[in-house]
Amino acid sequence: MATSPALLFPSPSSASSPPSSARVEAVVLFNVCDSYVRRPDQADRVIGTLLGSLLPDGTVHVRNSYVVPHSESADQVAIDIDYHHNMYASHQKVNSKEVIVGWFSTGFGVSGGSTLIHEFYSREVQNPIHLTVDTGFTRGEASIKAYISSNLSLGDRHLAAQFQEIPLDLRMIEAEKAGFEILKSTMVEKLPNDLEGMESSMEKLYILIDEIYKYVDDVVEGRVAPDNRIGRFISDSVASMPKLSPAAFDKLFNDKIQDNLTLVYLSSITRTQISIAEKLNTAAQVL
Amino acid sequence: MANRKGLPKPFLCLALVILYAAAPGGMRSFLQAVSTVTEEAPTPLRVVQMEGLAVLKIIKHCEEFAPALVTGQLLGLDVGSVLEVTNCFPFPIREEDDEADADGANYQLEMMRCLREVNVDNNTIGWYQSCLLGSFQTVELIETFMNYQENIRRCVCIVYDPSRSSQGVLALKALKLTDSFMDLYRNNGLTGEKLREKKLSWVDIFEEIPIKVSNSALVSAFMKELEPESPVTQCDFERLKLSTAPFMERNLEFLIGCMDDLSSEQNKFQYYYRNLSRQQSQQQAWLQKRRQENMARKAAGEEPLPEEDPSNPIFKPVPEPSRLDGYLVTNQISSYCNHINGVAGQNFNRLYLMKALHED
Repeated sequence: MATSPALLFPSPSSASSPPSSARVEAVVLFNVCDSYVRRPDQADRVIGTLLGSLLPDGTVHVRNSYVVPHSESADQVAIDIDYHHNMYASHQKVNSKEVIVGWFSTGFGVSGGSTLIHEFYSREVQNPIHLTVDTGFTRGEASIKAYISSNLSLGDRHLAAQFQEIPLDLRMIEAEKAGFEILKSTMVEKLPNDLEGMESSMEKLYILIDEIYKYVDDVVEGRVAPDNRIGRFISDSVASMPKLSPAAFDKLFNDKIQDNLTLVYLSSITRTQISIAEKLNTAAQVL
Repeated sequence: MANRKGLPKPFLCLALVILYAAAPGGMRSFLQAVSTVTEEAPTPLRVVQMEGLAVLKIIKHCEEFAPALVTGQLLGLDVGSVLEVTNCFPFPIREEDDEADADGANYQLEMMRCLREVNVDNNTIGWYQSCLLGSFQTVELIETFMNYQENIRRCVCIVYDPSRSSQGVLALKALKLTDSFMDLYRNNGLTGEKLREKKLSWVDIFEEIPIKVSNSALVSAFMKELEPESPVTQCDFERLKLSTAPFMERNLEFLIGCMDDLSSEQNKFQYYYRNLSRQQSQQQAWLQKRRQENMARKAAGEEPLPEEDPSNPIFKPVPEPSRLDGYLVTNQISSYCNHINGVAGQNFNRLYLMKALHED
């Protein structure tokens, strides 16, 4: 039988296949913790919607979130759906690229009520992810896990929903910009200004270089078993500094210093100029 | 667990459309009674305390839309000499049409209502905006401040500069207008004389307030756990970058533009003074003529004419141009100079570091 000419149907877009991993931004975590702290007295946990985008390689990038009031009892779960839609509409007005990608809840593990909530969210978006943030630190560590659910059915009967954990990337690069020192402690007295920041970065560099020195010394003296990979890394980084003859380097260096000095000079002249101008402008009247 | 409820206050709307949403009737009269009782001078604002959550949200919103300028609302509590910012929400970018005003107001009311349901302090204490390289001192800022000040006792504006943050500095600033400047502005007293009286110069327009950052214990515990083990962060990479030339170039460009503006302002003033003196001399000449006429008439025995003639156009007072623009431009220039100094200082550090490394 002749095979039919290849009639390739376009493969279903990645949106329909479940996400393979998740990435969470720091602001989402902060939001979750803040809403947990502010939850109404009778609630045990808080739930809310996650907003973000689905990247083409199957990773879900969670960028924003908002909490949704809900009430939970032993066998019933009620979510304020209007609130959820209202907040979503408001958020869409600001940033229309952030869509619903799932939902979060505080507390450890997945409970029975979660399946119902997950079902609600699967009606909103295909393959929502479920993020649990363990605010109670039940295992003595911060556990943040992401799950996707697949339905287990026997024939036609729907038996249960299985929550599978997917890898979670918590690198939080955006938070690093703000500086982890600010986000880590409960109170930071003063935001560091430029020079203090430079100082701390340079100190860190110093420490790193010291460590590398110590490591190389140890290897040479035989105290530590040499690791070829690290050795190659070190030689690569040292070699990445451009090789300039001392004369060329000095010239480059001096040029840059001159440029900077010019700029500082210009800015001080400007400052003097504006203070003179101001005196002239508000000086006694001509008459 | 703490349930922080801010003081219930009437809802507020975007600066250009001020209306009072209907707070429950009984509460409103209570509030009015309370507000008339406490008339003592408010303690001066010393520090703005921000939650890490608000900081992150502001950074996220501003960076997402850079280089477009965005704004948002700050929510929090006003406690003694500290203004606490506990949350914030962004405003959508508004197109230039009239219906957007009503939409903006609706959006704001909606967000405040929703946030109140989840126990977020929905007390407006100011707004935040992003800016480009520190050029935020504009007349619109002052007007927005005046609008907000009418309704809120203490409000603050937080300015975030995404381009400076690419240098590794967290460029967040909390600003407020000084009281003396606000009084003058309200009474339209921005003339040379009044300013000299009050000894108000361009430094006194804006007041920068130090920012403290606080985090709840829960979130700081999480952050401590999740902190990456590498001792070097993205922040350090950015600080130790050697190529600051594009940033400096843009700063200088803006500086040059501002100097042009400043010189045009000065020209305006010269023109005004010239007009004023010309008018004065015209008035003198006319007065002389009148006096001579009067003497002639007295000699002829007629009524002397009045020595003033308000209908004559040369007596119309020449309006003095407002000094506000000049002051704002001067403020901008000084902030550019500060930036340049800061970056040049960093550059010196980096260059010497490079030299030391090279010699090794």
